[in-house]
Amino acid sequence: MKVGLLSLGVVIATLLIAAMLFTPGWVHPPIIAKQNGYRGTGEDQITTAATQRILKAANVLPEVIEKASPDGERATAVYKNVKVLNDLSADQFNRVMVAITRWVSPEQGCAYCHGDNLADDTLYTKILARRMLQMTRHINKDWKDHVATTGVTCYTCHRGQPVPSNIWFENPGAPHAGGFAATNYGFGHPAKTNGDTSLPVDSLTSYLENNEQIRVEATSALPRGDGASIQSAERTFSLMIHMSESLGVNCTFCHNTRNFSGWSESTPQRSVAWHGLELVRDLNDVYLDPLRSTYPANRLGPRGDSPKLDCGTCHQGVSKPLYGAGIAKDYPELGGAAAP
Amino acid sequence: MSYYQNIFTQVQVRGMEPDPGIPVPKLERTGKGFFSYLLGKIGNAQVGPIYLGYLGTLSLVFGFIAFEIIGLNMWASVNWSPIQFARQLPWLALEPPKPEYGLRVFPPLNEGGWWLLAGFFLTASLLLWWARVYRRARALGLGTHTAWAFLSAIWLYLVLGFIRPLLMGHWSEAVPFGIFPHLDWTAAFSIRYGNLFYNPFHMLSITFLYGSTLLFAMHGATILAVSRFGGEREIEQILDRGTASERAALFWRWTMGFNATMESIHRWAWWFAVLCPLSGGIGILLTGTVVDNWYLWGVHHGIAPDYPHVFAPAVDPAPATGVIQ
Repeated sequence: MKVGLLSLGVVIATLLIAAMLFTPGWVHPPIIAKQNGYRGTGEDQITTAATQRILKAANVLPEVIEKASPDGERATAVYKNVKVLNDLSADQFNRVMVAITRWVSPEQGCAYCHGDNLADDTLYTKILARRMLQMTRHINKDWKDHVATTGVTCYTCHRGQPVPSNIWFENPGAPHAGGFAATNYGFGHPAKTNGDTSLPVDSLTSYLENNEQIRVEATSALPRGDGASIQSAERTFSLMIHMSESLGVNCTFCHNTRNFSGWSESTPQRSVAWHGLELVRDLNDVYLDPLRSTYPANRLGPRGDSPKLDCGTCHQGVSKPLYGAGIAKDYPELGGAAAP
Repeated sequence: MSYYQNIFTQVQVRGMEPDPGIPVPKLERTGKGFFSYLLGKIGNAQVGPIYLGYLGTLSLVFGFIAFEIIGLNMWASVNWSPIQFARQLPWLALEPPKPEYGLRVFPPLNEGGWWLLAGFFLTASLLLWWARVYRRARALGLGTHTAWAFLSAIWLYLVLGFIRPLLMGHWSEAVPFGIFPHLDWTAAFSIRYGNLFYNPFHMLSITFLYGSTLLFAMHGATILAVSRFGGEREIEQILDRGTASERAALFWRWTMGFNATMESIHRWAWWFAVLCPLSGGIGILLTGTVVDNWYLWGVHHGIAPDYPHVFAPAVDPAPATGVIQ
């Protein structure tokens, strides 16, 4: 009996150690902690060398395509049916086409959007690409509050893939028994969007598509009527986890966690993030949602909604997409500030 | 003499037959009891005879009903898939009604009705078990300290799930059932009400919680350390102080100048344990009802220090843009 118990203990201990060493989600030292705020406030950014190596490798800039002169023959004179890039020279226009192919459909090539007749609008991908070009210019021109002069190009999101790896759909949740069984309002299921917590799975719809109130904390010490519910606090919490995971940062990148809502103790990054939320909602509502009828059915979500973007679509695990490389300045055709 | 120096009891003392215990009037118990080697490793090897009575039986029945309501709703939330039930079990939830339902007694079953039913049966089960603890103690001629300590825990449970939601006017303010859901709720609760760490009753509760573990460790270590002198026979030592008690007392007077007695240490332990949920419950009860943001309350009362800014503070863009996020 004693030997039996002892060997059982050894087996359990071995299994636990094996699980600890070989299951995903664990990191090993050295942990890199960078102090951000005043000492003692715990405003550190925590990462590991392994994580940084992976992110570095995933965020390499593509080679810049040789510049094109804005002068010379106009694109509209050479090509037919030019609706968005009609302010470019033909050389610039060709440069954008080469770039877009490398960034978005390097394997599929021009045929991903174009048929035999280049001017034809038969392929849905071309309609989308045209709208995406408008969106890119809109971001670079009107959203300097968030993208500053760094700007974005197709590559910021696409990274060589026709469909960016970080997109989302409205999430009705996994199959659920109907009838009088508790619905739980989307609580209680681990997912990528809630950072594998039991918080709501569909907070992105609430905040990045609909305009629900993110701020839930009371603004006065004593109660003044009904405040936000705990459920809305949990939805906000879920969104914040999404932001943290998308940017590869801790809460303390923007907040002093002793006082989450207070702006005077937050870091300047919080203002940038605020504009980021506005930007994402604007793009989803104005550019992506209306494209629903353009997509074929297999590109739509479970509720028949079009793919949407969130913080991770551009950021892809780093606080400044592509480590803040000013990729847009090399492409003034896309509305970015021209390189000096 | 190294019997008690291990985490497991090395020598099991047991009679030839299970001990029926002292004769007590009107105490019919079920079975004769038996011995278990494994339980003897961590406690008394004798199991039973037990007494359930109608309080205990009803408590178990009600507890089982609550357990089933919670478990079956969780299973339904993964569409009755046994694999997903096992995989997601720590995440699965039974959530209270939405804020829109206020304090409605019969919201739809699928939107919080089951939560209310589970809460009712669980509360009934706990209160019945409390009455049972009280009555069994009286039947044995004991004091009722255990019952009152248990009631302290029930107080915190009732504040979280019943009394505070009543005062707030919403069942939605209550805690969901579920392993991770109730923890995520706790974090969200603290964030919503401006950081519970600045709640003085939360501070007291944590003091008593950590204090309890410290006292428990000190007391357990002391008794184990003097067990070679018979120190584990604490009751005898209380009545007739022996060398174990003398040495334990001297040890603490040497190391920290003061010692509890063989008897008073148990008062220390009881009060620390009881005050932990008692003060915690008061802190929860005040949250949202009397104080809406504990951090701002802390600033107002000078308990939240101001730190120097090492970067330019963020500016809220909302007032300038007129956009509320």
